[in-house]
Amino acid sequence: MKSRTGKRRYTVIGVLLTAVMLFPVYWMLNVSLTPQQDMRKSPPDLLPLHPTFEGYRAVLNDQLPYLGTSLLIGLGTVALTLVLAAPAGFALAKLRPLGGGTLGLALLVAQMIPGIVMAMGFYGIFLDYGLLNSWWGLIVADSTIAVPFGVMIFTAFMSGIPGELISAARIDGAGTWRTFVSVVLPVSRNAIVTVSLFSFLWAWSDFVFANTLDGGGDLRPITLGIYKYIGNNNQEWNAIMATAVVASIPAAVLLVLAQRYVAAGVTAGAVKD
Amino acid sequence: MTIARVDRRSQRSPARSGATGTGHRTSASDLRRRQRRRSRLTALAFIAPLIVYLAAFYLYPLYRNLDLSLRDYTVRSFVQGNAPFSGLDNFRTVLDDPTFGPAMRHTVIFTFASIAFQYAAGLALAVFFNRRFRLAGTLRALFLIPWLLPLIVSASTWSWMFNSESGVINYALHLVGVSPVDWLNSPDWALTSVVIANIWIGIPFNLVILYSGLQNIPAELYEAASLDGAGAWQQFRRITFPLLRPVSAITLLLGLVYTLKVFDLIWIMTKGGPGDASSTLATWSYQLGFGTLLPKFGPGAAVGNILILIALVFGLLYIRVQRRQEA
Repeated sequence: MKSRTGKRRYTVIGVLLTAVMLFPVYWMLNVSLTPQQDMRKSPPDLLPLHPTFEGYRAVLNDQLPYLGTSLLIGLGTVALTLVLAAPAGFALAKLRPLGGGTLGLALLVAQMIPGIVMAMGFYGIFLDYGLLNSWWGLIVADSTIAVPFGVMIFTAFMSGIPGELISAARIDGAGTWRTFVSVVLPVSRNAIVTVSLFSFLWAWSDFVFANTLDGGGDLRPITLGIYKYIGNNNQEWNAIMATAVVASIPAAVLLVLAQRYVAAGVTAGAVKD
Repeated sequence: MTIARVDRRSQRSPARSGATGTGHRTSASDLRRRQRRRSRLTALAFIAPLIVYLAAFYLYPLYRNLDLSLRDYTVRSFVQGNAPFSGLDNFRTVLDDPTFGPAMRHTVIFTFASIAFQYAAGLALAVFFNRRFRLAGTLRALFLIPWLLPLIVSASTWSWMFNSESGVINYALHLVGVSPVDWLNSPDWALTSVVIANIWIGIPFNLVILYSGLQNIPAELYEAASLDGAGAWQQFRRITFPLLRPVSAITLLLGLVYTLKVFDLIWIMTKGGPGDASSTLATWSYQLGFGTLLPKFGPGAAVGNILILIALVFGLLYIRVQRRQEA
């Protein structure tokens, strides 16, 4: 058995390592609070001793519409992903559809296709049909990041639902759809949370599709809000970093509220339980 | 993003296929056959939306991209859609382009340097966090933050940290007596800068997967080893590393597929520059298609398709390794 002090030493080392790892995050916060005139001071202030909120005021003035759009696109992507992925996952897990194995392989390969290739293809298609710069076009494009992942999470999870639960519903006279809606979905809460969480986060964070397909739209997401800031007034780093802080809020909230779902999503498929 | 898979491939059980054998036709087997056909139709109804979706929003964009790479597009013919078929001309143009060599080399360097360091750091941290000290769980969760942040957030933060005059990294170097480096604007350092930022982003993924791999190594092995007098390093070399090999293979291959695709980070930090100093296949493809006033969609799409081919080679290798591990 390790001694008590030995264990405490690990905690100290662990805290130090975490501090080093999270330094960039701290620095983002620090710069977001730094007054403009101190921005290029040498040495830089390591602590925000004279905090200013002018960066955050800029966010309120300039970035609220972008944040709203990102919320809309994130929620839309979640809805589209769930509607497509949950029934398909159920079918692959329990209904033995013809060609199910091929479909599984196709979904696996789909996740390996580089986003910029998809972006270029979507650009061509959206141009043909006049769909460029529309928020719902961006939802469709963003959902391609999440749907294959979602189907596979649902399949893996629903394979674990005991067959007796489903046959019991059948015996009670429920059809397949009723069984799916009133028995399978309620017990699949964890899978629903994991899929929603990741599809929201990916849509919220998407830059490639936004920049390619929605670069000139009326409703543009926050990633483009930051990008425009960097391009235009690359002197006001407190405003840029304040926007970055605000754009990180969903990630922080998810980590606090749903940490175990996050870990489940990261390891999905990579490690056998 | 992570790559997930279907845990159990649906397979027909031998009992079911046996039921279709020849023999006396009873109304019972007739009924069963009708039921089976009905359940097949139901299953199809459940996956039909997905299949339509995949055809419309995966296959069609990929087809459109392939079509782009096989035609001679100008901006005008791109809009009008009457570009002449030009076979593999775009691919030839791209392969002869002086940027091809550097972009390929940078892709290889970026990918392998990122993965090597992410994996090494992730493994060391996983072993460390496996010691179950106080706060270990909380700290491990905090380590996920870089991976969860939107890439534009990480990329712009690192850009400012790497700033040559006012960046905190040059300040830290100054404290230890190293002269300032012009990170993002010098051809010698731009690629290194984006690799460093990308390692930071990828460490959490490696840590989480390797850590959960460690959980499957029985604790008795370590107890037995320490009874035999094996030290920490011996235990790592003789137990942890060999038993973690399957998980390591999966982690590395997945990392490879992800890292090949990285675009946002490099584009936001350096746009592939200065010159071509940090351009990879992904950024070059985008540069050709969208980065200039005179877009070259054909060559851009051709580079994208070359990138898909490379990703698929490693992707299929990943699938093979994983299937073999399951068998």
